[in-house]
Amino acid sequence: MSNKVALARVDRAAELERFREIQRLSYACAEAVAATLEPGVTEREACRRMRKWLLARGVDDWLHTPFAWFGDRSAFTGFRVPTQFLPSGATLEEGMPYILDMAPVKDGHSADIGYGGVLGENRAWTRVDTDLAEYRTLILDLVRERRTFADVYAEVDALIARHGYSSRHAKYPGRVIGHQVGVISSRLPKRVGFPFGVRFLQTIGRELVTERVAGRSPLWNGTRHSDHPPTPGLWAVEPHLGFRGVGVKFEELLVVTEDDAFWLDDDLPHVRRWADRKEAQA
Amino acid sequence: MTPAAPSVRSRTVRGDGVDLAVYEQGDPARPTVLLVHGYPDTHAVWDEVAAELAGRFHVVRYDVRGAGASSRPSGRRRYAFDYLMADLAAVADATAPDGRVHLVGHDWGSIQGWEAVATMAERFASFTSISGPSLDHAARWTRRNLTRPTPGNLRRAVAQGVRSWYIAFFQTPLLPELLWRAGLARPFARALEAGEGVRPRDGHPARTLPRDGAAGVGLYRANMPARLRSPRDRHVAVPVQVIVPTRDLFVSPHLVGGLAGLAPDLSLRPIAAGHWVPRTHPGTVARWIGEHVGRVTGGALTAAEARAVRRARVTPDRRPFQGSLVVVTGAGSGIGRATALAFAERGAEVVAADLDLAAAERTAELAGALGGPARAYRVDVGDAAAMEDFAKTVLHEHGVPEVVVNNAGIGMAGSFLDHSPEDWKRVLDVNLGGVIHGCRLFAAQMAEHGQGGHIVNISSAAAFTPSRTLPAYAASKAAVLMLSECLRAELAGQGIGVSAICPGIVNTAITRTSRFVGRTPEKQEQNRDRASRAYALRGYGPEGVAEQIVTAVRRNRPVVPVTPEARLGYVLSKVSPGLMRALARFDIG
Repeated sequence: MSNKVALARVDRAAELERFREIQRLSYACAEAVAATLEPGVTEREACRRMRKWLLARGVDDWLHTPFAWFGDRSAFTGFRVPTQFLPSGATLEEGMPYILDMAPVKDGHSADIGYGGVLGENRAWTRVDTDLAEYRTLILDLVRERRTFADVYAEVDALIARHGYSSRHAKYPGRVIGHQVGVISSRLPKRVGFPFGVRFLQTIGRELVTERVAGRSPLWNGTRHSDHPPTPGLWAVEPHLGFRGVGVKFEELLVVTEDDAFWLDDDLPHVRRWADRKEAQA
Repeated sequence: MTPAAPSVRSRTVRGDGVDLAVYEQGDPARPTVLLVHGYPDTHAVWDEVAAELAGRFHVVRYDVRGAGASSRPSGRRRYAFDYLMADLAAVADATAPDGRVHLVGHDWGSIQGWEAVATMAERFASFTSISGPSLDHAARWTRRNLTRPTPGNLRRAVAQGVRSWYIAFFQTPLLPELLWRAGLARPFARALEAGEGVRPRDGHPARTLPRDGAAGVGLYRANMPARLRSPRDRHVAVPVQVIVPTRDLFVSPHLVGGLAGLAPDLSLRPIAAGHWVPRTHPGTVARWIGEHVGRVTGGALTAAEARAVRRARVTPDRRPFQGSLVVVTGAGSGIGRATALAFAERGAEVVAADLDLAAAERTAELAGALGGPARAYRVDVGDAAAMEDFAKTVLHEHGVPEVVVNNAGIGMAGSFLDHSPEDWKRVLDVNLGGVIHGCRLFAAQMAEHGQGGHIVNISSAAAFTPSRTLPAYAASKAAVLMLSECLRAELAGQGIGVSAICPGIVNTAITRTSRFVGRTPEKQEQNRDRASRAYALRGYGPEGVAEQIVTAVRRNRPVVPVTPEARLGYVLSKVSPGLMRALARFDIG
């Protein structure tokens, strides 16, 4: 199966619509589960709820199983080894920030979303979340200018420094701010290998090899491997800001075409939240 | 006894079987502040405080039974709480017939005060307690410490026990009276001056001291054994402010532990002073009384007063620097910003100063999201006049800061022979001059204010690590270190701490803005890139330094090397300066 088929065909409206549907389903899941979060609930319990909700709606595989990070874990405070990303027994308390992150696959089409929230009121969280809106605009603008991925990464870092935050996506494996997603098709079983889906690992592994041959990478970070103009395809972009124990991120799909780029969907919870806040301030 | 000043009106009020000498000052239409003295004093111990308060309040004092010009009933029963309370009520009724009074007590006056606000709450609008615990609370506090004998609890209980030696002695029949009569008054006055720094003046110690001392022993005999044996369950609904002298030789400051259970509306005002704080710090005591009364009566408070009240308040969610004003220079980035945020996170109200106003404003915005209100100012710390203006603005708009962090600094590297006179002027103006101005102006405010404070100067590991690469920078930072040490010695007596922080390699923007002298612009850019990458690789963020700064303030640390390489350099500079000299010859630029 060729590379073009494995990854998303961004010129086909019908195919984008399939991706948009699964992304909307994921965000609906995040909102539904977020509404059930109460003081005392653990990360593991939140992840169970996400899995259950999605499986009941036809999800049949995962790029990775759902993650939930509560309190200062939302900013990866004290994370040293990868296992710390896995859902823990940490409980949610009043005023705590949280992040829900899930990447379900349905009929081969995948989404990868991140949803930040806070239980009750937290002024620091509101501050960071308000500023997070700028990153969505910045990234899109720079990609449209066809700046290299490494450049975009550096510009995001510079904005983080100006804001006085710390880059938490630098804590992700490979320090990635984004990665490519696509149609998952494989003869491998639909199994999950702690916590990444086997088929996703196979796809991303294959892409790492084939893209490297073309001087590109399916992973988007600040290294020289990302020193290339935006690769057409579907990119899950996940800027993650940290501020003294408060972490906020969004993750959604960016559609990159040969000469343009756009967010797959603009009708998302965080986009609506930012618009509402802006309106309230005006 | 003091001959009453012209503005003081004296009269006699009939207490419970005694005549009480009462002294009034100020406009009776104003809120009444009733000052109750302790043992072995008379109303005259309050002279300075009363004079300060008389302009704003109706100030009432009286000689407690057995002291000064009031009657001296004989027999210890006549000094029991029932009589004392009846006296106090009689004075309140006579001087403020239609209003509730603001009660202030020192020593035994405060012990009486606790009893009064617990048993006659309707008469009092507020209570300020100075160095005199609620006997019920003290008894419970001691029991709690002894029933949970952790080392800390035992130490505190024993410390208070040692401070209370005289209470046991006063239970001895006759001997205390004889000693007072036999001339204890003179050595007492001398001890007061030597131990507490209270200079004898007209009225205090009183001429009646031998008689006051002998009669007042009844207070201890009539009340203490019974109440300490069987403390009562008390609840104080009146807003209480406790002034806590931390160097009190008679009342342990730890006695305030758990006090919020007794008095839910509680404010604490620690002060580095001895037991006779109304004599040694009358201005501060009067100001605090005024602020407490102002808060309770809803009077107009200045921004500084309102902050002082917030700072004193004991609430369950209180953060360690609640209501403290923290001034940080160079707060627009790096260690300065991280420090401002670390204090804000702990409840402080931050003044962020930086040459780059937008950056300072961003710091204030972030600080505001974490804690109390925060403000940003544009200041060039190297400009003496600008710093004068800045210090005045801070004083007028926010009051005297509790903590000042002189952080603003610039980097400069290169050979000594390449440093121009302008380079030297710049690095010394900012790195040393900025610290000097900050110390000079704010230390003066703190000393004048009399409530202590803390000054943090950001030096550097370069201060004790000679290097051929950093002659100007290291010299400026070494000067900051020594300045801090000298200033610490000078200000220690005024409760103002001074800390020098010596960070090693910390990943901040200083590498981006440092000047590398004697280089072409391109070479300079290369040097900056290389230094930035090296510092980033080292990976020690400014947040770590900020945490150390907070700890230095809380523990009053003198010199704090931050990062392992700085600590190593600090030790080596002491034990093996020769090695440091050898290392200094490497060109690391």
